[in-house]
Order: sequence, then structure tokens, then C-alpha cells
Amino acid sequence: MIQKMLKQVGLYLFAALWFVISFYPFVFMVNTSLKGRMEFLIKPVWAFPEKFLYTNYLRVIEGGFFRFFFNSVTVSVISVAIIILVSSLASYVISRVRFRLSSLVYGLFVAGMMIPIHITLIPVYNLTRALGIYDSLTALIGPYVAFSLPISVFVLVGFMRDIPLELEEAAVIDGASRLQIYARVIMPLSKPALSTVAIYSFIMLWNEFIYALVLLTSRKNWNLTMGLWNFHGQYSIDIPLIMATLTLAALPLILIYFVLQEQVIKGMVTGALKG
Amino acid sequence: MKALDHLPWYRRPGVTIFLFLAPALFFFALYVLAPIPVSFFYSLFKWDGIGQRSFIGLENWKELIGDPVFWKALKNNVTLVVISLATQLPMGIALALLLTSRFRWTKLLKTVYVLPYMMSAVAIGMLWRYIYEPTFGLLNMFLEAIGRYDWILDWLGDPKVVLYSVINAVNWQFIPFYMLLFMAALVGIPLELYEAAKIDGASPWKAFWTITLPLLWPTVTNAAVLSLVGSLKYFDLIHVLSGGGPNHASELMATYMYKRSFHHLRMGYGSTIAVALFTIGFALSMVFVRVTSRKQYEGGDRR
Repeated sequence: MIQKMLKQVGLYLFAALWFVISFYPFVFMVNTSLKGRMEFLIKPVWAFPEKFLYTNYLRVIEGGFFRFFFNSVTVSVISVAIIILVSSLASYVISRVRFRLSSLVYGLFVAGMMIPIHITLIPVYNLTRALGIYDSLTALIGPYVAFSLPISVFVLVGFMRDIPLELEEAAVIDGASRLQIYARVIMPLSKPALSTVAIYSFIMLWNEFIYALVLLTSRKNWNLTMGLWNFHGQYSIDIPLIMATLTLAALPLILIYFVLQEQVIKGMVTGALKG
Repeated sequence: MKALDHLPWYRRPGVTIFLFLAPALFFFALYVLAPIPVSFFYSLFKWDGIGQRSFIGLENWKELIGDPVFWKALKNNVTLVVISLATQLPMGIALALLLTSRFRWTKLLKTVYVLPYMMSAVAIGMLWRYIYEPTFGLLNMFLEAIGRYDWILDWLGDPKVVLYSVINAVNWQFIPFYMLLFMAALVGIPLELYEAAKIDGASPWKAFWTITLPLLWPTVTNAAVLSLVGSLKYFDLIHVLSGGGPNHASELMATYMYKRSFHHLRMGYGSTIAVALFTIGFALSMVFVRVTSRKQYEGGDRR
């Protein structure tokens, strides 16, 4: 009996400790963002703000935050749309049409998950310069699509394989072309897998940093992670301001997560089930 | 409606297949596959990225072998991999067990435990910089408040400590991910197995080792590969948190490659580091996949 109680207490302690470790940094972030700069330096870090100061947020917004936000939205949405189209076309053929090189093509895409991004940086940097799209949002789309392909193809092929063949046969008898089968039969049935791919890719691209770091230079083109990184260099002594920036930057994904919690979790897990 | 059927070329499966695959292959070949040989090619040159390339044979490779910073970075990468595997997976399993048990509050806890994973590595790096800040950072303030002055350290400034501080932040980011992975796997284990074990008089501890862990093993393998591959190419958070410093104490292959290529504009040498990183990562994950899949088989046999 006592042993059982002790175990319960241990469980609660473990749960509570991890709760604090996961959550307190966020409290620290939001709390600090509402303080004045001097107030932060004089008072203990966990003290609540004397009065809630919104000026930090106003300054962040004046500093061009929405521009970065808008850039991130644009490049992520366009890339995800292309990823969905391109990977579903390929996955349809790989999963449902018999051809000789099928498993080779599939293996090639899936092996892409093991390829570290760094080996592509310098060649992609050069290619981007040669194409004349260096330092533009367009430059990011190619690498973003390419590096999301392996996981997307993996998830979609796995899903499309299980769609009953009879559904496709019926369409063939009705005289549908491959493209029509893809668009009218396979795509509507694959919606769950497509949304997994979309959510997973969106989160990955929204947080992407290294390609943005290598391919973007001018302020007007920065995405959110680049904006953050440079704000940090510019205002590193004004900690409350930095924390306001971080809060604003973290907010969109956290909101998406609160609203679509189950789908997001499913996307994260299935998106990465196999490496 | 049969708009394309009258076109004879369209009915030929070879052409159709190619047309469906072409867009994906285009992006993949251009941005993922082709860069691999191209990087190897660049590694044979001295080049600042803009001017003329000059062929220097294997000079970059000779330099790499004699470069103490590269070896330091490789060693740090190995440390990162080992500690990640040893902490992220067990913590992930422990938290997953907690959240799938009959414990109250699991819904709230799950929501909160996942939060760190929803932040970008750049944001996490910045946040942890102010947690580790020596004079008014959260961690040292806390240690001061509980009177542990002897534990107060310059978390990012002390070369002996910085790597572990950085790894700790990496763990904070990734443990939720492994927790989710293991939760998904735990849900699939039939409850009857535990009931049978209970009837046989097995303790929960024994049930964990004989039922949960063997059935979880395929997921453990997957998670280990993900953690291994992820740790080897880790970049964002370290770049923001410590920049690989002080004096390369927390340098990783990826941060070193970036520095040499884009700060010092030594694209040839940077490519050499990149090829080394690629080769080590690819080879290791292949070996790892083989070894762990064999273990999984043996585990299956024993049961």
C-alpha cells in the first residue's frame, strides 16, 4: 500500500518536473517580453512585470516583423503546394503502376532522407547564383521542394498502396485516362495522407533556417528565422525586445498546434516514422 | 471526357510513367542528387566562390586529415550522437509511458510537453541563450536563489561545459518528438498482454522488459536511426546558441563547414568538409540500420 502510494507520488513528481522544464522557458519568454529593459536587469528574472508593457511588441512590429512573417507564409505555402502536386504524381506511379525501375526510383527518393543538407549547400548556392535568383524568395522554393520529397513520397506511397484496386479498375472500364484516375480517384481518396504531408512539410519549412541563411541577404527578403537571427544580432542587449520577437515568431505554429493538435501530432509522427 | 485517350503517345505506359515522375525527379536530381558529385568535384579546387577555381588535386583532403578543428568537430558530433541516443530515447519512452498510463491530466501534460517541438531551432537557440546567460540568465539566477553558488557556471563561455549546455538544449527540443513517436507505438500494444502478465504474477517492471520493450523495439530502431542521422547533421541551434565556440569547443562538422565556406569563403575546403560529413553520416546510418535490424530479428526469435 505504502509502496503504491510512493509510486504515485513519484509519478506526480516526474510529471510535474517535466511540466516545469517544458513550460517554464515559455513563461520566462512571455513574462520578459512585457518588461522594460532596465526593469529586466534589476529585478529577478521570474518577477512579474511591474506593469504590462506592450511597447516591445510595437517596436518589433515597426522593425519589419510582418514583412518576414509574410515572406515565410508565402514561401512555405507555395512550396507546400508544389510538394503536394509533385510528390503525389510520382507516388501514384510508384505505388500503382507496374514498371521495371519502380523500386529503384522509390529507393532513390527514400534514401534522400539520409542525405545531409550540407553537402548540397555550395552547389545549390552556385546554381542559384547562375539562375539569377540569388537573394529572392524564389531561390528557396527549389531546395525546399526537393528536401521535402523523400518523406512525402514515403508517406504517400505507403498510403496509396492500400487503396483497393477495384476502384481504379472501375474508372479504367469507364475509359478514364491515367491522369483522370490520378485526379478523380486517387487524390480524393488520399486526402488523409495528403494533409499529413502538408502539415509536416509546412512546419519543417516554416522553421527552416540554413537555406535561408545561405541564399538570402537583403532584409526585405528575409523569412522569419532569418529575421529572428538578425534581430538577435542587432538588439542582443535589449532582452525584453528579443523575447517579444521570439513570442511573436513562435505564436503562429503554437496556435496551429492548439487548433489542429491531433492532426499536427499525427503529421509529425507519420511524417517521420521511418528514417 | 476522354480528352487524352486519342493521343497514341499518351497511352504508352513508358511515356505516361515518365511524365508523372518527371517533376519530382527534376527537383530531386537538381537539388539533392547532382550536388553530391558536384561537391566532391569542388573539393579538388581552391576557390572563393566567385572568382576563378584553381585545381589543387587532393590538397584539401590532405589539409582535412591534418586539421585539428575538423577532428575536434567530429569528436563533438560523436558526443552529441551518443548523448542524444542515451537521453532522448529513454526519456521519450518514460514520458510516453506516463502519458499512456492511467495517470490523470494526461491531455494537458501532452499538450504542454509537445510545445518545445513547435518552436524553430533558431528561436530555441535564442531563448536558451538567455537561460544560460551568466549574470542575469534564468539558470544562474535560479541556482543563486536556491543557494547553489558552486553550481553556477558560464554555461556557454566555458569550453569544458559549452558542448553539454548545447546538447541539453537539443534534448529539450527533441525529447517531445520521441515521446510522440513512442506514444503512437505504445497505443498499438494489446492490453490483454499486460493482463495475462499480471495474472502470471509479473511485476510492472518485468512486464516492461518482457512485453513493452520487445514490442517497442522496431520503433526504438527507427528512433535511433532518426536520432543518429539528425545529430550528425545538426546545425541550426548550435549556430545560434554558441556559434561552435568558444574556440571551437562546441564546433560540429556542419557548423565548421558553414564557417569555412561562407565566412572564410573557402568553398573548396568547405566542400571537402561537406563530403566528409556526407560520407560519415551515410556510412554510419547504413551500418546502424543493418545492426539494429538484426537485433530486432533476434529479439523476435527469443519471444
